[in-house]
This record gives sequence, C-alpha cells and structure tokens, in this order.
Amino acid sequence: MSDWVEACDAEDIDEEDVMRFDHGGRTFAIYRSPDDEYFATDGLCTHEKVHLADGLVMDDIIECPKHNGRFNYKTGAARGAPVCVNLRTYPVKLDAGKILIQIG
Amino acid sequence: MTKGMVIIGAGECGGRAALALRDLFYDGPVTLVGDEPHLPYERPPLSKDAMASDAPVIKAIASDEVLAGRSIRHIHSVQAVAIDRAAHLVHLSDGSVLPYDKLLLATGSTPRRLPLPGLGARCVYLRTFNDALAIRAHLSAGNRIAIVGGGFIGLELAAAARRLGVTVTVIEAQPRILMRGVPAEIAKIIHEAHEAESVKILCGDGIAAIADDGTEVRIALAGGQEIVADLAVIGIGAVPVTGLAAEAGLTIDNGIAVDAALRTSDPDIFAAGDCCSFPLAVYGGRRVRLEAWRNAQEQGALAARNMLGAGEAHAAVPWFWSDQYGLTLQISGLSDEGSKVVRRDLDDGAFILFHLAQDGTLVAASGIGPGNAVARDIRLAEMLIARRAKPAPEALGSQTIKLKSLLAA
Repeated sequence: MSDWVEACDAEDIDEEDVMRFDHGGRTFAIYRSPDDEYFATDGLCTHEKVHLADGLVMDDIIECPKHNGRFNYKTGAARGAPVCVNLRTYPVKLDAGKILIQIG
Repeated sequence: MTKGMVIIGAGECGGRAALALRDLFYDGPVTLVGDEPHLPYERPPLSKDAMASDAPVIKAIASDEVLAGRSIRHIHSVQAVAIDRAAHLVHLSDGSVLPYDKLLLATGSTPRRLPLPGLGARCVYLRTFNDALAIRAHLSAGNRIAIVGGGFIGLELAAAARRLGVTVTVIEAQPRILMRGVPAEIAKIIHEAHEAESVKILCGDGIAAIADDGTEVRIALAGGQEIVADLAVIGIGAVPVTGLAAEAGLTIDNGIAVDAALRTSDPDIFAAGDCCSFPLAVYGGRRVRLEAWRNAQEQGALAARNMLGAGEAHAAVPWFWSDQYGLTLQISGLSDEGSKVVRRDLDDGAFILFHLAQDGTLVAASGIGPGNAVARDIRLAEMLIARRAKPAPEALGSQTIKLKSLLAA
C-alpha cells in the first residue's frame, strides 16, 4: 500500500469547489462538497486530458471546463457524452486541518 | 412490424443520436447512414490538435465494437438520395432502400463555396477528416498558405500551421476578423495573438481574382496586393445541407425548419444539428441555426428522445469555444441579443464580457484567456442566461463577487 500524501489545507478549498494538486509527476483534483466533505480524483478528464480543476463543481458533479463532460467526483462515474470512461478516485482524510490523499 | 429508426448523417449529431436511442432502451433497428468512409468522429480537432500533429488520427465517437455491441448498423460511404415520405422509405445511392418509423436528418453543413473562377487543385476547404489530411500534407515548414476568411476554422488552422513553421496569410473581406458573433474587444486579442506569431492578417480587402495553376495560388486583392501561396484554404462559413429534405418537400428556412421538439414539417421526420433552424427558447423563440459541436451533440440526444415520443422542447443556451495558441475563447448565448456590455477581469489577463438586453436580462457572455481561465464563469453565465436572470451589472463586473452567488439569488 502506498502512503498518504499531504495535499493542502482544508481551508484552501471553498465549499462546492475544486483544486488542482500535482504530486510525483501526476495530477489530481481535490473537491470540497456542499456538505463539507472532501474527495479526490485523477486530475485530467478522461475525454481529452483537460485539467478538471478549472471546471465547475455543482453538488456532487464536476464538469470538465472544455467540453462539459460530467463526472460524479464522489464515485468517479462518468455522466454522459462526451465522457464514457470513469475517473479514478482516491481515499481522502482530514488530519489537523490538512487534506491527505492516498495515492495508489 | 417495427421498421426502426434511420439516421441520415453520421457526424457528431447523428452518432450521438444513435447512441442515445440505445441509452433510452430502444430495441428496434437503428441504422446510421454516412457519406464518409469513417466511423462517426469528432470534427473540432480537425482545425486544431489533429492538424498540428505529425499524423492526424480520427477521434471516433464510437468504435466498430461499440456500434456492433449496441446493434447500431453503420452504413458508410453512401448517400441518401431520396425520401419516400408516404411509404416511409429512404433510398440510398447504392440502390438499397431503408424503411423507417422515424427518420432523423443530421446532414450537417458544408463549406460555403467561394464564388470565383480560377479555383483549382490548390484551393481547398476544410470539413472532413480527409480534407484535413489533404491540407496537412501541405503544412511543412517553409511552405506558404493563404487562408481566405478570418473565421474560426481559418484562424484555428492558422495557429496550427504556425506551430508547424508554415508562413500564413489570412485574408478577410470584413473590416476585422470574427465579425460574426464575436465582440470586437475579444477579436482584437485574437488578432494580436496571431500577429505576435507572425501571421499576416489582411482585413477589409476583397479578392479580385484567383489564379491556381495546380502548384501555386496567386490571389489578387481588390486593393492591388498579390498573395502567392502553395495552398489556399477557404473558410468563409458553411451552408446547411438541405437538398434531400427540400426534394422531399419539407419546409426549409435557413436550414431544415423544425419546431421546438426538432420535428420537421413531417411529424415522422426530425432534423438536428448544423442542418436545421429551430426556435431558440431562451430568446423567445427567435429562429436560429447553430454550427456548433455541443449543439450537434445536445440536439442529437434530444431528437432521439423525441423520436421515442418524449415531446421535449429544446431549451439549451448556445455555447461554443475556440482554441488558438494558448488562448481559449468561450461564448455562451448569442452576443447580438445584447445591447449593453459589462466587463469582468479575471486573473492572467483573462476577461469576460457580459451582454445584457435593454431590460437587464443577461443574454450572452463572451470570454477569452489563457487555457481554461474563463470556463467556469462562462458556464455559470450560461446557467444565469438559461434562467433569464437579471443580475446587477455591478456584481457581474466585480471580481470579488462570485458568479456562483448570483445563481442563488
């Protein structure tokens, strides 16, 4: 199993918003839901490798900034054209105000 | 007996409609007819990334396996030549005949032809993947291309050609580039980006004559200048493909005329995407025709629902984008609906123009900036436009007030 990696401060992300996090040559997206929970997925859209962190979070959906592909960021499930491949998700935990994600 | 669904046109719109029919659990025959030899594919990359790559590849909407797995019959390299509305039959150019219960015309658009004599083998248009391949073959460093028309296709192609070291001249008869649908303030940013990349843009000068000897093109401008190029790409807009519909007696009005549910004047025939004109609900039913990827996709899916009887009205706000160099432009709504503009500056030189109608309704938003800097706010603007919101102009213009907070209002 791989280690937990510190991504950012919990307060760095607004409610119902997303932030980009790069680590070890990879890029991730970290989300804060409207009910104040945190989630993490791969950072690039599965359609054309666009950074999802530039996209809009509405409820539990992240929308790609380029072509409006939609994913449920809690489960990674693709929600219709043009995306058909799910996003990979990662476990997240809060520790002393820090967001940690488990990069598999 | 079920005759099934037939879709004429295997582009973004037709391809999405076929998939959507299966997503909706329709289990009758679905036949997708296309005149190109390829799988349904995405056209936007043709003037962008695909053009700048060494060997352009097709970005298919669905593979052969997916089409087969979903029992979608794809007939390629064939044209529909006639519709027998009384008998519910479509005649194809290979002599075969397809029966239908419901028919979708997703015939798209075709490049507007330059009405001048003298065009030869070195004067080309860009619409299909094969067009893109033919153009790409001429884009080697040191070559010269002339682009006739300062619209999106031409400017995106100019940007791709510069990445390949090609000398580029853009000729636009209008006083500036992107006259149609793009505010001058944003067109200026794009113009400057091209000039910084050594693209020569000539505006406000018409073409007097073209001479194409098969190896070189000479374009004489009305003002006296002559442009010599190895290839001329003509990008002066597109016209809807309506011949089949017109011959079948369907109503044509700047495209195949459809109602809000995308039905033509024949209730068993639908039309969607570039080929149709439809009442745009968000502007009180003003009839428009859109040539945009997302519209093709959304209308393809909506047509599928309505072919199955949903009776759902089109409600989407128009949206499109363009990529040139590191810049992305996004526009939601049609800016010509507005009479007042409010500017909102974002980080990194990005900005958004909000277009408001006389009564304060937000009707469009046009943004430009590096990467996807404007994407989120343009998307939020789209939601505000869909709600016919009348946001306070001061709030739109203030970077410290989040657009998302205006949605809650």
